[in-house]
Amino acid sequence: MNLLAIFGEALRALRQNRLRTGLTMLGMIIGVAAVVLMLSIGQGARTKINETIAAMGSNLFIVVPGATSSGGFSFGSGSVRTLTINDAYTIAELPSIKTTAPVVTGTAQLSYAAKNWSTIVTGTTANYFDVSNWKMEAGTTFTESDVRSAARVVVLGSVTAKNLLGDEDPIGKTIRITNRPFLVVGVLMAKGQSLTGRDQDDTVVIPITTSERQITGNQFPGSIRYMLVQGTSATEMDIAEIEIIQLLRQRHRIAKGKENDFTVRNLTAVADVATDAAKVMSIVLGAIASVSLLVGGIGIMNIMLVSVTERTREIGIRMAIGANQRAILTQFLLEAMMICIMGGLIGLLLGIGGAWLVSQFADMLIVITLGMVALAFLFASAVGIFFGFYPARKAASLKPVDALRYE
Amino acid sequence: MFSPEINHSNNPLIQVINLNKSYSLQDANGKTITTQVLFNINLTINQGEFVAIMGHSGSGKSTLMNILGCLDIPTNGSYWLAGKNVATLSSNALAKIRNQHIGFVFQGFNLLKRMTALDNVATPLLYAGISRAQSRKRALELLRRTGLENFAMHQPNQLSGGQQQRVAISRALINQPPLILADEPTGNLDSQTSNEIMLLFQQLNREQGITIVLVTHEDDIAAYAGRLIRLKDGRIIVDKNNTN
Ligand SMILES: Nc1ncnc2c1ncn2[C@@H]1O[C@H](COP(=O)(O)OP(=O)(O)OP(=O)(O)O)[C@@H](O)[C@H]1O
Ligand SMILES: [Mg+2]
Repeated sequence: MNLLAIFGEALRALRQNRLRTGLTMLGMIIGVAAVVLMLSIGQGARTKINETIAAMGSNLFIVVPGATSSGGFSFGSGSVRTLTINDAYTIAELPSIKTTAPVVTGTAQLSYAAKNWSTIVTGTTANYFDVSNWKMEAGTTFTESDVRSAARVVVLGSVTAKNLLGDEDPIGKTIRITNRPFLVVGVLMAKGQSLTGRDQDDTVVIPITTSERQITGNQFPGSIRYMLVQGTSATEMDIAEIEIIQLLRQRHRIAKGKENDFTVRNLTAVADVATDAAKVMSIVLGAIASVSLLVGGIGIMNIMLVSVTERTREIGIRMAIGANQRAILTQFLLEAMMICIMGGLIGLLLGIGGAWLVSQFADMLIVITLGMVALAFLFASAVGIFFGFYPARKAASLKPVDALRYE
Repeated sequence: MFSPEINHSNNPLIQVINLNKSYSLQDANGKTITTQVLFNINLTINQGEFVAIMGHSGSGKSTLMNILGCLDIPTNGSYWLAGKNVATLSSNALAKIRNQHIGFVFQGFNLLKRMTALDNVATPLLYAGISRAQSRKRALELLRRTGLENFAMHQPNQLSGGQQQRVAISRALINQPPLILADEPTGNLDSQTSNEIMLLFQQLNREQGITIVLVTHEDDIAAYAGRLIRLKDGRIIVDKNNTN
């Protein structure tokens, strides 16, 4: 007996029992496809969050006016105006602080040619782009001297640029913000959604001085909506936080025992929370995937067990006409392997196809790694091959007469 | 009783000495009950003989045939096949004997389902290590001789009982074994088909000198054989030349 002949025999057996072969493969297909799909969604979510965090800038604090509220921090508390531009400049002098970027915001009407667009105007200093790790798609940022002279220059977010100017090159064009002409000096790189789900690219950025004097106006001159603070090193963030708090309490003349009238948030800590959430999500999806794999595995096991047991008689006949144990075992092993490999490959294609569909229709990032593919494939194959092989081995170790008499 | 006076040529193909076979079963209380099915069988069959085994249902005919066919093993006693003590052979060696030296024909045909007649007949050659093309060629030749060449591509469920049995006989013959064991080969067939099958056996025995041992319940089937053995309750009670 040679291996090739047995291989042919196995292939023939699979072809002759299309239904059985198909059903067995189905378990394999579903198990592998489900795992690949689940894991790729989980992995995609993690990657997405990591990208968002990386885009946020490093060693960042955000300081907002108002006392710490129990529900976390929000930018909505417009009535409290306790932080000033000068607070920001003074904090920047601290040894543990690299730089600060004070920010005022407001909504304004933009226009270019016949187009109108209402969006958020961010007024800030020139180092804002660096602190928030925001790269330029085209043109340049505005400069410190633009800030000092309250120049009418603007940097557009990518979505705003698209909406206002369409396919035109925005650099050097003049747009109007609440009817005042502004020169477009740059366009920001797309950043996507923030961790809170806001589209960060629909905005325009102008010098803080220009914003305060000419666009949003200010009931409380010098007050700001928030400031970004960048520490000098990741290891000194705790010291930096204490120094910021001390300095601000001193500047705001807050008596001992009184509450702060501002809140300092370490954005790295916020990012950690988001990362943890993503991790939990991947674990949940991974658990679902494991269950699918287990169910798929049990399906494979059942059909393999039933079909091989049913074939005990066939094994008896083959032994009666001269097959030795090895020939029979080789045939069943090959059959199980072929089913697992084919089913696994189909499952893989379906899983990848499903992941692609999800990424298209749900606008989610999907990441497929070799590891998850290997995991799904190997586990399902191991189950399929074991349960295809083990009952066959049992049958082949029977006396031929017992296998033949098997009902 | 066993008749030792019957003398055959001094070239035994099969020699069974003091063979016993019993089965152990568990009863409802988990106690083991042993039932003995064959008692002290002594039997010598020479090359070229045509032997019919008869006896009531349950008398142990199939049990004996399965042992002779190396499908089962005796509880004690010895079985010598072509001068070899079967008890000393490995399972691989037994598989080889079943493949090369014995052709088994069953009452229920035992063809492989969903496989053509041609492939069924060719399968033993596959286990003998003969190439697929060569196997199919020889199988087709054999089917032609048994008058089934037009049915070569039929699957068992597309064949009549007689045709299926002829496929099974072709399969038993494909490796040109010196011994054919047939357990009620005509049990599921009508009398005309039975006679055709028996003529085929007779021809194989006479023209090719193949030794045939056949179990039957019918006297006119047994009449084709040259020697008659009768079993009763696991013992040989008659062993004589067939005078028909
Ligand atoms: N695997 C087994 N386990 C237990 N008892 C068995 C087994 N096989 C056969 N027997 C018993 O052995 C006895 C002989 O059975 P066997 O099949 O040899 O009879 P037989 O002569 O071929 O009968 P029939 O003419 O009906 O085919 C029966 O009583 C049967 O119950
Ligand atoms: Mg019987």
